[in-house]
Amino acid sequence: MTALTGVRVIELANERIAFAGKLLADMGADVILIEPPGGDPSRSYTPFLEDRPGEDRSLYWWHYHTSKRGIVIDLEEEGDRAQFRRLIGSADVLLEAEPRTRLAALGIDYDQLTACRPDLIHVAVTTFGRDQVRSDDPATDLTIMAGGGPLWSCGYDDHGLAPIRGGGNQGYNTACHFAVLSTLTALLHRNVSGEGQFVDVSMHAAQNVTTEAASYTWLVAKQSVQRQTGRHAATGATGPTQIRCADGRYANTGVPPRSPAEFASLHRWIQEMGLAEDFPEAVFLEMGANWDGPFDLSQVGSDDTITAIFAAGREGLIRIAAHVGAQDFFRGCQRAGLPVGVINSPEEAYEDQHFVARGFQVEVEHPELGRSFRYPGAPYAMERSKWAITRRAPQLGEHTEEVLKALASE
Amino acid sequence: MGGALSSFRICDFTGQLAGAGATKWLASFGAEVIRIEDPVRQGRWDILRGMSPFVDERRGVDMGGGFNNHNTGKLGITLNLRTARGKEILREIIARSDVVAENFAKGVLERWGFGYATLKQIKPDIIYVSNCGFGHFGPYSDFKTWGPIVQAMSGLTFTSGLPDKEPAGWGYSYMDHTGGYYMAMAIMLSLLHRQRTGEGQWVDLACTDAALSLHGPALLDWTVNGRPMRRPGQPHSNRNEWPWMAPHGIYRCAGDDEWVSISCRSDTDWQALAGTMNARWCDDLRFSTLASRLEHQDALDEVIEAWTRTRDKFDVQRRLLAAGVPAAAVQKPQERIDQDPTTAAFGLWPRVHHSKIGSVRVDGQPVRFSKTNWEITRGAPCLSEHTEEVLSGLLGMTADEIGELRSEGVI
Repeated sequence: MTALTGVRVIELANERIAFAGKLLADMGADVILIEPPGGDPSRSYTPFLEDRPGEDRSLYWWHYHTSKRGIVIDLEEEGDRAQFRRLIGSADVLLEAEPRTRLAALGIDYDQLTACRPDLIHVAVTTFGRDQVRSDDPATDLTIMAGGGPLWSCGYDDHGLAPIRGGGNQGYNTACHFAVLSTLTALLHRNVSGEGQFVDVSMHAAQNVTTEAASYTWLVAKQSVQRQTGRHAATGATGPTQIRCADGRYANTGVPPRSPAEFASLHRWIQEMGLAEDFPEAVFLEMGANWDGPFDLSQVGSDDTITAIFAAGREGLIRIAAHVGAQDFFRGCQRAGLPVGVINSPEEAYEDQHFVARGFQVEVEHPELGRSFRYPGAPYAMERSKWAITRRAPQLGEHTEEVLKALASE
Repeated sequence: MGGALSSFRICDFTGQLAGAGATKWLASFGAEVIRIEDPVRQGRWDILRGMSPFVDERRGVDMGGGFNNHNTGKLGITLNLRTARGKEILREIIARSDVVAENFAKGVLERWGFGYATLKQIKPDIIYVSNCGFGHFGPYSDFKTWGPIVQAMSGLTFTSGLPDKEPAGWGYSYMDHTGGYYMAMAIMLSLLHRQRTGEGQWVDLACTDAALSLHGPALLDWTVNGRPMRRPGQPHSNRNEWPWMAPHGIYRCAGDDEWVSISCRSDTDWQALAGTMNARWCDDLRFSTLASRLEHQDALDEVIEAWTRTRDKFDVQRRLLAAGVPAAAVQKPQERIDQDPTTAAFGLWPRVHHSKIGSVRVDGQPVRFSKTNWEITRGAPCLSEHTEEVLSGLLGMTADEIGELRSEGVI
């Protein structure tokens, strides 16, 4: 028994909501994924097992459809639509990202489906909302993140270079997070009130409220932030936070030293490494360490002493990094109480001892291949609601017979 | 109030965005969220309380624009947990709550005497959700993080950039937002679990776990095929590998720092783009198939940018969308907030009333519920704004008792 055991979700296969279905399925929901004959296009997405294409070999597909069952139904056919209505009658949630008018045209939109299931929760994800004609325009993760705000804030100090989109289809992911939040909210309400409802999720709006200061700086002060390399976009230029370490890898120093204790730790470390002699500014670290009470951060840049102390903090970190690898720099800084991170590639993070110790690497059986593979693990460690990948992604039509037979006997 | 979550009460120690964003969602659907802050430090543990942006020249712990944005609809009380009476009152609030939520560094709540074991003693079915960068278990659990550190550790920073350059990373704390989303999910999953079984639980949320889980295909390419992301030519994150697309990028337009994104999902899209650009080089054989466009992506990007750079970004967007090609201007904050009819139509920027700041717009929720929609009308609480209301309304204290607590420095 876990959090969503007994909750049935019907998901109409679409790359835009696949991750939302996975998040629900890995928490125990019975997610039945409906594909059209011939399968969902994302079965053909790279990367492939051993780099050889095949409808059950896409690792993209493998990742986004764990723990789901898969059936093939042709919603263009009336007979199949009757099956679909019966399935909805057995379901708690419909999750879909169809073109905004398609289900109505087929006579299977929320208003019709409530006849099969009065307390249905129907979560519809579209680019701009169900009633917006702009949702009919073609869009991809890139264009959604460009129009929705994140990209304006991301990139390099050099504005001759284009804004940069972070990897991993985070635009889709953000919309999926809101689809899941909505589903859980609607389920909690239904369990109390007995009523279901229709939920309209806008991918564009989801980006718009996931930009931190870019939105609220405009809303509050009518000012526009500007992108900067590896750190927060801001209304005025701020100092760099990424440091290249002795092994060529980067670390992020985040918020630089700013408390007397942090300056003291940094000063001690500089001395231990024997770097103080070539670093006359170390005297400012000492001043920072002996400062009486917290610093007035608004004085950085205007008060000469405070400015010199903060500059020495940053410079001290650069001096140390020039002598140690990124991993040692990260650990050394953290031991000194400084919140610093090493810039890992995804696979470096995945193999890192911390994530391994937290059980993030999970084995998933692929019985048809006689092998198991390591997958990414849980986003949250829940004491009683077990997160688990209960089965690998479904092969095309793998559960059609099983699901429809059970439906017939229900 | 008939909100979707109005039957739940949250004892809320969260702050910044990674925590406060989670309880903002719950409050906007009607949950009673009681923020508990330290009167001695004037709630400054949440550094956003007094931080810019500001609506005018006024400053102080009630004036931070970001704090107001992330804490709409919540109640705010102060409790001095250094005092025995403060602890006693907290116990009474916890006993009446469904959830205790916090995003302190590991061990802070426990040092105040409110570790999970104690919470359970006070309320056997309590749901306790802690949220910190590395979680409460594991080799780095004593290390400290901020959003950018979480992004660095988990691969998000690395996968945003251009080949042979330092990472571009994220120009904001994507993982403070997203960590908050996962925290809200964990709270609601636990509430659903409790509705079914009657049992509470502890959720140890580590933002770095949540962040690393956002790289699925890249991680499987590593574990299954042994192909790392750290390899020559990577990352090149405006391009698209999963699935392959070309052209796929962001191109300069007319004006200062104006850009448009274009992505061709298929040969059909490419032909429609070429037809719109109507340039002789479009017939270049190097660009005739996806494989060949991928091979000559640098040349392709160059000629496309030669076309876009003399044109207005919205004009390029309009013409390409009309031709069926995915395209979108890189919108600046003012463009998507004040000039974009789709965000206005969605009611995305609700105006709230804050007791001191006054009337100001904030981020809404990007969803619409047909029966129990979200509602954001009240700004963030000023420091201790609702202490009397909560102590009298929830705990039944008299004005005299509350006055005494105030004079003793408990609230």
